[in-house]
Amino acid sequence: MTALLDVDHVDKRYVLGGVLSREHVDAVIDADLSLQRDEPEIFTIIGESGSGKTTLARMILGLETPTSGQILFDGEVVPTRGSGKKRHAFMAQVQPVFQNPFEAFNPLKRVDRYLASTARSFLGISDHTAVDAAMDQALQKVGLSLAEVGGRYPHELSGGQLQRAAIARALVCNPSLLIADEPVSMVDASLRMAIVNLLKTLRDELDVHVIYITHDLATAYYISDRIMIMQKGRVVEAGPARAILDSPQHPYARLLKASVLSAEDAGHGRLTPAAELMRECNELAKRGDAGKLVSGTDGRQVRVYSR
Amino acid sequence: MASNDVLEVRDLKAYYLMNYYGVTREVRAVDDITMSIKRNEVYGIAGESSSGKTSFIKVLAAAIRPPLEVVAGSAVYDFSGMRPIDVARASDADTDRIRWKYLSYIMQGSMSVLNPLRRIESTFEDFAARPLGLSGGALRQRVVEHLATLKLGPEVLRAYPHELSGGMRQRVTIGLATICNPEFIIADEPTTALDVVVQKDVLSLIRNLQRQMGASVILVTHDMSVHANMADRVGIMYAGRLVEDGPTRTLFTAPKHPYTAHLVASLPRIGDTARRPALEGRPPNLADPPSGCRFHPRCPLAIDRCKTEVPPLATVSQEHRSACWRADDVEPLVTADGDAGRDTVTA
Repeated sequence: MTALLDVDHVDKRYVLGGVLSREHVDAVIDADLSLQRDEPEIFTIIGESGSGKTTLARMILGLETPTSGQILFDGEVVPTRGSGKKRHAFMAQVQPVFQNPFEAFNPLKRVDRYLASTARSFLGISDHTAVDAAMDQALQKVGLSLAEVGGRYPHELSGGQLQRAAIARALVCNPSLLIADEPVSMVDASLRMAIVNLLKTLRDELDVHVIYITHDLATAYYISDRIMIMQKGRVVEAGPARAILDSPQHPYARLLKASVLSAEDAGHGRLTPAAELMRECNELAKRGDAGKLVSGTDGRQVRVYSR
Repeated sequence: MASNDVLEVRDLKAYYLMNYYGVTREVRAVDDITMSIKRNEVYGIAGESSSGKTSFIKVLAAAIRPPLEVVAGSAVYDFSGMRPIDVARASDADTDRIRWKYLSYIMQGSMSVLNPLRRIESTFEDFAARPLGLSGGALRQRVVEHLATLKLGPEVLRAYPHELSGGMRQRVTIGLATICNPEFIIADEPTTALDVVVQKDVLSLIRNLQRQMGASVILVTHDMSVHANMADRVGIMYAGRLVEDGPTRTLFTAPKHPYTAHLVASLPRIGDTARRPALEGRPPNLADPPSGCRFHPRCPLAIDRCKTEVPPLATVSQEHRSACWRADDVEPLVTADGDAGRDTVTA
């Protein structure tokens, strides 16, 4: 069994201020995860804003370099910008999908131009019919077709169609890993499930690995195989998604679950915040004790603290 | 108007009218809405983007600017100690009188609402000094007291917006909207950008303030789980029309419009892995809406009649109205058993 992606005890520290400044922010502290090549899965990273989930994703994409630790893709260190051919080959394997499709596409450019340029640069084809065929193939995978999207500008497509086109763009070069940063938070409720179901189809039928970044626990439960919950840069609980979300153990994970608004008791107005858990989380944060991750019986890791 | 209603909307039509080189184009963003909101009630409005919910809110907030125009109908507020005011055709003096003191607005995107160059205290002065008739120390005293009810300390007043977290900023905008004890609050996606923990905190704050003040709130969001927990009644908008409204519990357990049934069924739940259906098709273009019932091209229950005749918003049971020719045939969607994950799909 070979690892497709191996994030090995990675830290990211940003220095604030000038050269002499000693102030810094630890965006990601000791993150560790690995994806196996033969087991396509949806790996979800959950956390509040500022928990470091996007920084981690950017490091996996090679847009940031880790301060310490290393990230291996297919056994090799992820090449960062400016490393030529290696970077190019890596980009064909790992593709991002961004949060807001209306901002990801230039409103003055036709949507299919993005697909075409991806096909040209990563598939090494320049022939018109071949490019069109590659685009159509990718669009078919997301339930669209070149006839629908071809020649259209972003404003001519609905939000759901545009997000699917963004995913199709990423699929043009047949990547093995998709990194989807909050792909449904800007999409309407009625279309959200279309995108989420699509991610699942990609995993099941095309064997694509997906790293799904979100703060929505309900969709995470619905599609993930494994999850990782982050708070202030640290992983607090990680492991099988359903086991963790059914019975979270770390106080922050429990707070997250307690804060999910459920439609089960619609109309009863259950809105009392989990004050007890919130206090517990704040106290843990104040103590400055990093704690350590301990493996449990059901394959999960939970951060525990010395009393 | 029933004495218990604070707002009554009747046959309201508000279109965007545009004139290009002599050709008039109209976008029917709000088409024939009739509804009312009681005192001391939270009324939720749900709908996808381009369903006309923001245009509807603009009319209710008396912020009607061209090209948006009220073509027909009325939206009448009945505030205590005042004659009824129809915001669809109110004079500037009238809207000035009700704004902020009786009718206020919690806006979406607290980062862009607060002036980044002014401290929070100056923003409070700008907004609240005139309607409250206070200034200097008295105003400051009042603001500090009010912020305390929102769990914000007085040090917030000296801060600039960028120094506050998203949740604190949203609490400041709620503070601005509620400091004059308004009778009617419009909340437009108040928690969309917040994460789950802060979201619940902010929602419970709005709910508690609303109860204390006895105000009515119209809450607009596309997130059905927020409506489930916040609203007393919910109205569902689709393509500029109100297609169903009723008590929250009824709408979630026994919807009588196929669109509502779909919205409720597509909500994923923790502990339930049954496959959630996605609605096919796309929201209609309001410049050229489908004939008959506007939902018919996407509706699983559509019959020939739906293509030609517009269904009226008819009462199906007490307080519960639905605009569907086949309202009696709508069943809550029960999703098929089975795990959505790959483990059991093969079984």
